[in-house]
Amino acid sequence: MSKPDIAIIGVGLHPFGRHGNKSALEMGEDAAIEALSDAGIGWDDVDNLWASSMEVKNPEAITGFLGLSGIPARSTFTGCASGGNTLQQAANSIRLGEADIALAVGLDKHPRGAFSDHPSVSGLPDWYGDLGLFLTTHFFGMKINRYMHDFGISHETLAKVASKAFTNGSRTPHAWRNKPISPEEVLASPLLNYPLRQYMYCGPDEGAAAAVVCRAEDAHKYTDTPIYLRAHQLFSRQEDAFELLSPSLQLETAPSPTVFASKAAYEQAGISPEDVDVIQLQDTDAGSEVIHMAENGFCADGEQEKLVAEGATELGGRLPINTDGGLLANGEPVGASGLRQIYEIANQLRGRCGDRQLENAKVGYAQLYGAPGTAAVTILSR
Amino acid sequence: MTAVPVAPDLFTWPADDPALIAGKASDGSLVFPYRPTKLVNGKREALEKVELPRRGTLWTFTTQVFRPTSPPYAGDDDLKTFEPYSIGYVELPGALRIEARLTEPDSDKLTIGQEMELVIVPFATNSDGNLTVTFAFAPVTEGTSA
Repeated sequence: MSKPDIAIIGVGLHPFGRHGNKSALEMGEDAAIEALSDAGIGWDDVDNLWASSMEVKNPEAITGFLGLSGIPARSTFTGCASGGNTLQQAANSIRLGEADIALAVGLDKHPRGAFSDHPSVSGLPDWYGDLGLFLTTHFFGMKINRYMHDFGISHETLAKVASKAFTNGSRTPHAWRNKPISPEEVLASPLLNYPLRQYMYCGPDEGAAAAVVCRAEDAHKYTDTPIYLRAHQLFSRQEDAFELLSPSLQLETAPSPTVFASKAAYEQAGISPEDVDVIQLQDTDAGSEVIHMAENGFCADGEQEKLVAEGATELGGRLPINTDGGLLANGEPVGASGLRQIYEIANQLRGRCGDRQLENAKVGYAQLYGAPGTAAVTILSR
Repeated sequence: MTAVPVAPDLFTWPADDPALIAGKASDGSLVFPYRPTKLVNGKREALEKVELPRRGTLWTFTTQVFRPTSPPYAGDDDLKTFEPYSIGYVELPGALRIEARLTEPDSDKLTIGQEMELVIVPFATNSDGNLTVTFAFAPVTEGTSA
């Protein structure tokens, strides 16, 4: 494994869910304060701030709650891949010498229901929205439908993936959805975008997450259990990839940006998929988790059918995926979701996960994917 | 009342055999929907307007069972009168896979690989009181003439 140069010394979370009138910035404040106190430092020790949000234009305005210390405070947003990117920017700013200690925070508060916007914000013509084609959910339904056709994945496997998320959520005190739902109940829920059903989809919600980073060599000044940042990669889509919101596709399909981000991250960390003990994958829907298992190198295309059936992706399985219930059980406040993955992995690696704690997890892997075809992968270790 | 396309340069209309319009670059690559220019090997070039094949096979599909948020959705239905529809990519041989509404809303009656053909269907009444028409793909049934 490569020698780490950056460490995470504190993580914090404002639970995801619905929180009445509490603002996204106030949730970000809570997550930031938890991360700072986890690191044993105060806001005055922070040299710069990186903040991501989809709904809040200037999430770095969180300084108004934490203290107007005059430090560089910036917003960074790359859709569903924001959490990984925000952590990456914080790490890079330390390498560049701007900061000794950097704080990454993600916060969001979405209205209920599927995301909606004007097609022009995605560079698409008006008619695409007029006709009812401008929905990201169509992509998820169509990609897994084709994948099931090509690689023999069953509806039951999708149901088991969703059910596993809610089982893990039931062992996660901060999860939004914490009632177990059986595969049969998942299959009985209403069809939304064939083959995806209601309980196979995550919902947009509200919440915040944060992480404090410093140089690896300084980490022991702050904590006995630093978590090292082994790799962080972000890739955008390549020509011919099958991506969200595409009025047409080329006949030959190029791999998803996740495939490139994943390969680059394994190379940067100097490890292979077998070395990973705890996994977080973007489970916008149950189909995405299935596809991402292969795109991130954890199995061959089609092997998911057997792995899910034998429980390999459950807590205690060989490939524990989304141990806190992932997006399905926590929902997706877009700006915060990636740092929720980091929060869970850091806590798994430090043995703080109570009823869902894995035995002796040393290496964690987190992947994000979303519009407009952007993927981020982060690899962490003890 | 005149039937007008939902957008210009989307499909040939009026036409006996309407076809989707794409842009073709000097390297042979196709762009749908049509736009006048594209960067090809780092240089911006004008695209030639070409018609796409009218028939192909269903590459994948999904369904939309609830009324999309409006705007941007511009159907003249409402929450009560909304009728579920399906969407798919139809692979047009030698050309592109095109995302479109499918005329068959029932996922049980759609199969990946089945033959599909372009149809022009009514969509809504626009603010001028004209009926708008759009493109869709319909399953090719026995007896349909090519």
